[in-house]
Amino acid sequence: MVLAFEVPPVEEMFSFKTLVPIRLGPVDASLSGAVLLLFLATFLVGLFFWAAARRPALVPKGVQNLAEAVVDFVREGIVMEVMGPEGLRWLPLLVTMFAFIFVNNVFEVIPGISFPVTSRMGHPATLAFMSLFVFNVAGVQRHGLLGYLKHLLSPPPGLRGVMGVVVSVIFIPIEVISTLLVRPLTLAVRLFANMMAGHIILTIFYVATAAFLQPKLAGVLAVAPLGLAVALTAFEILVAALQAYIFTILTAVYISLAVQAHH
Amino acid sequence: MPELKSLGALIGAGLVYGIGALGPGIGIGFLVGKSVESMGRQPEAAGMIRTTMFIGIAFVEALALFGFVLSFILQGQA
Repeated sequence: MVLAFEVPPVEEMFSFKTLVPIRLGPVDASLSGAVLLLFLATFLVGLFFWAAARRPALVPKGVQNLAEAVVDFVREGIVMEVMGPEGLRWLPLLVTMFAFIFVNNVFEVIPGISFPVTSRMGHPATLAFMSLFVFNVAGVQRHGLLGYLKHLLSPPPGLRGVMGVVVSVIFIPIEVISTLLVRPLTLAVRLFANMMAGHIILTIFYVATAAFLQPKLAGVLAVAPLGLAVALTAFEILVAALQAYIFTILTAVYISLAVQAHH
Repeated sequence: MPELKSLGALIGAGLVYGIGALGPGIGIGFLVGKSVESMGRQPEAAGMIRTTMFIGIAFVEALALFGFVLSFILQGQA
């Protein structure tokens, strides 16, 4: 009796059949299952907020209650903490971002879907580009183009003379790379890596459960992987919410760093 | 020779992620521990401390994520 099971190769866990092949020049824009899930997530988020705001009541109930809880969480937990009252103009963007990322993440544990759309690099990368665009535009809006470049390229305060020049030569390239390259890269990779790892772990545990349930082996053995799989599913729901929160709060932090007054 | 190259790439891919995660792991441990300590000392400043903590975690975690990306690049070389 061999206690071994086949785990599908990693490429197979993250690929979908192409349904409608579309090519835009060098870009492969084919319609596949992942794209359909993306549309579904967009539709669900839109439907959720539309249903919540359709007949707004002073005393909310049902879906309006839930939507108000989401908005209030982003407003009090992210915007007011990071940016203060002047950051409220970014609230619609951040709420949408939070809800959209959360829905895409939580697809991981929805039976019948079981695939986090954010575990394919293109999706987090697009969101990170959006974040990069938004915080740079916010900075330019506040300081003007020249003012923002000055804000970005300024040496650390409080250093004068030769030391100031030496530190600036080292500091300014690091600051520019960190702001314009590392920030979006880490935003995208953080979300992608977390969701990919979660998807692989859940797959392994459910495959193990199915393998141990086969009649040849003692079915009792399946209890351990099944229990772990259920626990990990709960953990992945937490991760889905946490990653959506972290992505949103970091976008808020980057916006507030770009617009803050220069000292 | 190609076998040696892919062997090196695969071992490197494992090492670069493992060693790359060591430092940030220790760093985030210190960071969150100290933040919780200061939240305990000054609960009224908890919100500000939490925000600053997340910014710090984002910077420290970036190093581990570089290792993650590099390990994928190395796997592609194998």
